[in-house]
Amino acid sequence: MSIDPLTLAAILAMGAVTYLTRFAGFWLVRRLTLRGRLAAALEAVPGAILISVIAPAAFATGIAESAAAAAALGVALLRGPMLLAVAASVAAVLLLRAVL
Amino acid sequence: MAQRIEAVAGGRPAAQADFFAGMALASPIVVSVLLYGALFGALAAQAGLSPLEVALMSALVFSGAAQFVAVDLWSNPVAIGTVTLATLLVGMRHTLMGAALAPVFSHLSPLRAYGALFFMVDEAWALSVRRSAEGRFSMAFYAGVCAPLYVSWLASTVTGALLGGLVADPTRYGLDVVFTAVFIVLILGLWRGRSDLLPWGVSAAAAVACHALVPGSWYIFVGGVAGIVTAVVTWRPDHEH
Repeated sequence: MSIDPLTLAAILAMGAVTYLTRFAGFWLVRRLTLRGRLAAALEAVPGAILISVIAPAAFATGIAESAAAAAALGVALLRGPMLLAVAASVAAVLLLRAVL
Repeated sequence: MAQRIEAVAGGRPAAQADFFAGMALASPIVVSVLLYGALFGALAAQAGLSPLEVALMSALVFSGAAQFVAVDLWSNPVAIGTVTLATLLVGMRHTLMGAALAPVFSHLSPLRAYGALFFMVDEAWALSVRRSAEGRFSMAFYAGVCAPLYVSWLASTVTGALLGGLVADPTRYGLDVVFTAVFIVLILGLWRGRSDLLPWGVSAAAAVACHALVPGSWYIFVGGVAGIVTAVVTWRPDHEH
């Protein structure tokens, strides 16, 4: 078990810039009073980011992955619990990968 | 609202219930985190990192995306500038997420807010935004989500580094779709009406296009900005939510 000084420096730098990205947006927005269009921009952030996170996996990876996303969507539309949506999604992808 | 104030003020039963509610929502994610963490640890060990160095990185950086990219770029001796720049670029999406948390964290003291932001990973952020939309966010809930994610990431990455080659690929058990499934459920909870349709569609299209053209996780940032710009352009004073 050892820590290389150069590796330590790299890890500390990585930690510093990651924390910077985590607090910078919050720090900035906390100083602004947002109304109208700017408030609309901030309100649009969660949906836009979440959609962007999943879009390539859901639409552009493969049939099995798209079906898994559809299974989760189906459970969510029926207001099923999250665990069920996850289970349906995993089952769908395993089934289709075995078949295809 | 009364429940929320009580929870923030540290009213025991409400805070405890919120903490466990957070843990319950984080539990399906933990299963996936454990396997991805083990995989990361094994890759990091192959790249020449000791288990102690892996533990330190997971504890201080606590970002799966950033750590996978960094280890992929790892050389011996490590190029600090390259790895740090890659980490910064991968983390750019956090700036938008942090901005969206400003109203959610508005009742917290600066010390608590900036402390909480250290643990802001994609999943904790998404669950918090959803919880806040339901008017039930509290610090105890956030802690209940973050604690299991942090502990499982730290434990599994170190275990992976120690076990090395014994670690299996998460896709073998279909666990690569867990994050997508969780996020789809959360997205549906954020739906406010037809005015969301266009920004969301633009985000999805931009993210898919960017993912196909640009390596790394830029697609999250690009898709996010595209959707936000669309929402701003189509905004009209009469359709306040």
